[in-house]
Parts: sequence; C-alpha cells; structure tokens
Amino acid sequence: MAYSFPEEVLEHVFSFLSSDRDRNAVSLVCKSWYDIERWCRRRIFVGNCYAVSPEMVIRRFPELRAVEMKGKPHFADFNLVPEGWGAYAYPWIAAMAEAYPFLEEIKLKRMVVTDDTLELISKSCKNFKLLVLTSCEGFTTDGLASIAANCRHLRELDLRESEVEELSGHWLSHFPDSCTSLVSLNISCLGSEVSFSILERLVARSPNLRTLRLNRAVPLERLANLIRRAPQLVELGTGAYSAEIRSDTFSNLADAFSACKQLKALSGFWDVVPSYLPAMYSVCSGITSLNLSYAAIPSTDLVKLISQCQNLQRLWVMDYIEDSGLDVLAASCKDLQELRVFPSDPFGAEPNVSLTEQGLVSVSEGCPKLESVLYFCRQMSNAALIAIAKNRPNFIRFRLCIIDPQAPDYLTLEPLDAGFGAIVEKCKELRRLSMTGLLTDRVFKYIGSHAKKLEMLSIAFAGDSDLGLHHVLSGCDSLRKLEIRDCPFGDKALLANAAKLETMRSLWMSSCSVSFGACKLLAQKMPRLNVEVIDERGPPDSRPESCSVERVYVYRTVASRQRLDMPDFVWTLDEDSSLRYS
Amino acid sequence: MDSDLNLKATELRLGLPGTIDAISPPKNSKRSSPDSDSATPPPKAQIVGWPPVRSYRKNNLAEAESGSFVKVSMDGAPYLRKIDLKVYNGYVELLEGLEKMFKLTIGEYSEREGYKGSEYAPAYEDKDGDLMLVGDVPWEMFKSSCKRLRIMKASDARGLGCAV
Repeated sequence: MAYSFPEEVLEHVFSFLSSDRDRNAVSLVCKSWYDIERWCRRRIFVGNCYAVSPEMVIRRFPELRAVEMKGKPHFADFNLVPEGWGAYAYPWIAAMAEAYPFLEEIKLKRMVVTDDTLELISKSCKNFKLLVLTSCEGFTTDGLASIAANCRHLRELDLRESEVEELSGHWLSHFPDSCTSLVSLNISCLGSEVSFSILERLVARSPNLRTLRLNRAVPLERLANLIRRAPQLVELGTGAYSAEIRSDTFSNLADAFSACKQLKALSGFWDVVPSYLPAMYSVCSGITSLNLSYAAIPSTDLVKLISQCQNLQRLWVMDYIEDSGLDVLAASCKDLQELRVFPSDPFGAEPNVSLTEQGLVSVSEGCPKLESVLYFCRQMSNAALIAIAKNRPNFIRFRLCIIDPQAPDYLTLEPLDAGFGAIVEKCKELRRLSMTGLLTDRVFKYIGSHAKKLEMLSIAFAGDSDLGLHHVLSGCDSLRKLEIRDCPFGDKALLANAAKLETMRSLWMSSCSVSFGACKLLAQKMPRLNVEVIDERGPPDSRPESCSVERVYVYRTVASRQRLDMPDFVWTLDEDSSLRYS
Repeated sequence: MDSDLNLKATELRLGLPGTIDAISPPKNSKRSSPDSDSATPPPKAQIVGWPPVRSYRKNNLAEAESGSFVKVSMDGAPYLRKIDLKVYNGYVELLEGLEKMFKLTIGEYSEREGYKGSEYAPAYEDKDGDLMLVGDVPWEMFKSSCKRLRIMKASDARGLGCAV
C-alpha cells in the first residue's frame, strides 16, 4: 500500500492492543505490519514451553518486557507425570536474560526452576519487577535470597503453591533496607518460619504493599502487628488462625482489621479457632474473595462468617460447609461468581460430612451470577445436574468430582450421561468441563453436539469405546486442551482425528488403549505434532506394536520434535520415523 | 435349592425391598482390581492421582491429622523418640508409656509438689515455646498445646515443680 501510516503512528495504534489474539491478528495483515508489531510487542504468553523454542521467540520479538509460560500438563498436579519429565525453565531464562536485559516480568506455571535460574534473573535483569511461580519446583530459599538481594525494583514475588526446599528462613532478610517497592508478597506455600521482625520491617517500609499472603508458621499473635503496618492492604492471607483465647489478642486483632478499609480478599486460615473469626467482621462487607479451603471448622462457624460477606464473589471452602451451609450461602451472597468446595477427607471410604449434590443445587438456584464451580462430593444424580443446568445456563467452568470415579446416579443407578448432557446443552458459554461418575459414550455424543465453546475437557474412567473420543474430537470446535485418564479410548479415534490435534494445544492420554503403533503412525502423519510416549516399562519397541502405551502426550509445536531434555522414559519419533530417545 | 426356598426374600439386607445393590467393579480400570465376585468397592487408595487433590492440599490435611505426634527427648539420651498423643487417654497412660519407653520411673504427680520423689520430671514445650510441667492443665488442653516432650532430671526440674 503506497499511502500507509508512518511506523511510529502504527506502533502507537498497536500499543492499545493488549490481547495476544488482537496482536496476532494484526501481524497477519501484511509484512510491514508484522514487522512493526513484532518490534513493539512487550508481552508474550507461551502456553506450552515445548511448542516453540527460545531462539524463535527472541528472533521474532526482540523487545519483550514480560514473559508468561506454562510447562507440564495439568495432570502433573495429580502425580500422573513422572518426575523428571521436563519443563525446565533454565534454557528459556538463560536465552532471555541475554536477549532482554530490560525484562521486567516472568510468570511460570508447572515448570522446574532452579536456584541458578533465579540467580540468573536477579543478576541479568536490572529492571526486574515481577516474579510469579505457580506450582513450580526445583528451587530453594537460596534462590529466593538472590531475588530479594539483587532485584532493586522488585514489586511482586508470588510463590503460589510452589514446592520450595527451605534451607533457611533468613532469605527474607536479603531484601535491602532500601527496597521499598514491594506491591505483592505471597509466601503462603512455605512451611518453615521466616523471621517475624524482618517481615514486619519489610512490610513497614513497603507503602505500596497491596497483597500480603503469609504462611502457616506466622502465628495469629503476630498478625495484628503486621496488618497494622499495612492498612492499605487489598489482599491478605493469614497464617495459622489460632491462639489461646485471650481478650487482648482478640481486641488487638479486631482493631488492626478495622483499620483496613481496602481489604477485598482473605485467605490462609490454617488451624482456625472459631472464636477469633469475629475479629474480622468489620471488613466482611467489603470482602469479594474468601479462601477458607484450609479451615477445618464446622458449618455453623463457616456460615457465621460467610453470612457477613454479602458482597462475596468468590468462595473456596472445604466440604465442612455441608448442604446447610451452602443453603445459607445461596441466600446471603447474591453476587457469588465462583465456588470451590474441597474434600476434607478425600480418601475416607464413608462420608464424614453431610455434603451432597443438594448443596450445589441450592447455590445454582440462589446465586444468579454463579459461573465457575469446582465441587467435590460423594453422590450425584441426573436430576440434580439437570436442575443445575436449568438454573445456571451461564456456567463458564463446571468441574465436578465425585469421590468414587464411576459412581452412577445414586437414585436411579443409571449413568450420569443425561445430567452432563444437560449441562453442555444449556450452558452455551461453557469453556471448561471436568466430569466424573458412570459415563457412557452417550455423554460424549452430547458434548460433541453441544459444547461448541468448550476449550478444556477433563475425563476420567469414562466412556465405552473409541466412539466417545471421536465425538469429542470431531464435535468440539473450540477445544484446546483435552486430558484423559483410564478410558477405553484408542487408536481409531485418534488417527481419524489427527488433523484436529494440530488445532489444539495438547492432548494427554494415560492408562487408555492407545497402541505404540498408533503413536508412530500419528507422528508420521503429522509432522508438526510432537507425540511423546511416556512409558516407564522400558523401550516401547521391546514390546509388540499393538501394546498400549502407559501415557501419550501430543502437542503441536513449531520447535524441533526432538527436545534435548527428554528423560529415559520418554520416546518421540525422529525425522526418519525411527524411535528416538535421549 | 435356593430358588425353591426363596432365601433371598427373607435375607436380611439394608435397603428397600426390591432394590439391587450396585456392586459393579470398575469397568475400564487398568488397576489390579478385586475379582468381580467381590462386593467391596474398588480399592481407591490404589488409584494413582485419585481423587484429583493436589499434593499441597493433601499435605495440609495430613498435617492436621498427624499433629498428635510429638518428639520426646530425655536428658542424657543420644537420640529422641516420637509418640502419638492421640493414643493415650490421659496423663496416667502417657506417663506409663514414657516410663516403659525410656526404662525409668517418673512417679506420681501432685499439684503442689510436682513429681517429687522421682528421678525424672516430665516437661513439655507448649505453643508459645515455654517449658511447662506435664500435668498442670486438663488433658485435652495439654494434647492440643503440647509441641514436644522433655524428660528432665528431677534436679534440673526443681523450679518447675513449685506451684505458685
């Protein structure tokens, strides 16, 4: 085009585009737009660290400031991915530290992060501001000490549910006295004590601190002092919420809370002593997010607190809340958008609390804005699911986990096909679905026909045949992530829908009926898919090709299919279709 | 024989008459499941990663439950032991257990004089980190506040034994 805008103007226009989708679309318009856009892109999200290589990213986007990346597949959370599989952050960080000296933000999820990696970040990126490590592992408190010591402008350090080897609690003291820039600190995953006086001084000299999530080792007696130093907090995670019942401790705490006028989110609450909950009542009306998922207290105490929080939008709680508590929730919290109910006794054979499908039905009835649910229970019925679907067609995320994975409708003993069918039929905006219970191929037919916006599907112990998988792969137009365990799905559906897999981020299948032969065929057919056979029984070609593999992880990639960091239990196909392993 | 006597009709069962128990073993489980005649539910404990609860959550639950194990040290002994306070119903049983474990006598508790007359005095560290004499507070309160036990030589425990 002869009369296009000068680069600077286009750059300025593009700077208003924050979504990756928009920026990707803009890059496809023409070569010059592609070029302008790539030089001004500052943030990038890589959903699978093996889908692309660091070199390719750096080559295309030379001026990144923020990187977000995910590593292991979701089922790694439940120990289905063997230790040592991969997702090492170091190669990425090493390449980026060199290419992006002005890198400010790194967010990693389910990746292996070493102390060396953290040290490298802290020493290379002079302007480093934000580190979020979600469900990561591989580092110790020494790595944290490097970050604290060297990142002069650190704003956020968030260790969400990562596994940290705790060598000492003194890492916190590595924050220099001159560091006053902290906005968010989340150490809730740490088991051992950190020095309280260091913590207090850090909090006191951080006037911009908005989020403070303490760990269990911070006793309740210390909480008041900490909060007092940060009345501007918006998100607070307490430590252990228990102490000897003393009126001075209580009034101290209540006073400290009442000074926090901006508090919107509360979490922590390990070891709750219910008598101390009223100390928080003054902030309850402003609370929109409440995480009580560690609070092992009876329903009556939970309910007393929750009914104070009329503006609650998000509630995470254990099944101690029981159906009766959920009834109260449904009546009091009309703004509720997200509910997660976790099991207090997941491995017990008998129910220990009176929480059934009824609680979920109540909440779906009473809370018109409810759109996201994670619910663990021990019984379910088609009638309940149908009612829930009718009540709440606005569900975006629906994750149901029945403790007995193949439990039928407890009233009729039928499969739960009709119930989940109703969910996908009524909830047209459904993006994420996890199912459990006795389920036949029929439910997959419903899903294939109706779940057109579904992006992520998790299936366990379900289905009768390949037809089930075929329905999903051929019908779910928006599917990005599919994870399956212990289902009788095999070669036919996989090979018939090979092309579909390239439109998705990834497919995980473990303990299914996928043969090694089919994996080889799939890899041959689809050169841009990496077909990883993850099998701890030794080389797959030492067994007949018709033998099922333990696990197969298929993902699209533009990087080489031979990642160099494969452990000895992972096999992929080489360029010449021969079996290859590290 | 069975059908003539219709034993099933007179069988004592839980549940409404006419209903059948759902005893189907897992259909597609690749696990070593019990044989299909068995009416026991599938061995959930054997299923890896089920129910899908993340390990940090499982650990938190486990901590809450096994919180009753405390370390026991004895002055002069080379290594510590661990006992489960949940196992004992009261101080008498606890002290007997300690006496057996460490092969010593602790004797009887009195509010005024502590464990006077015995070679050893049992003390414990409470939640605040203070060293306290075992026996002063009600058993339930002791169980929840005791973080660790220490069997002290009576000569060292003199201060602890005095009532206020």
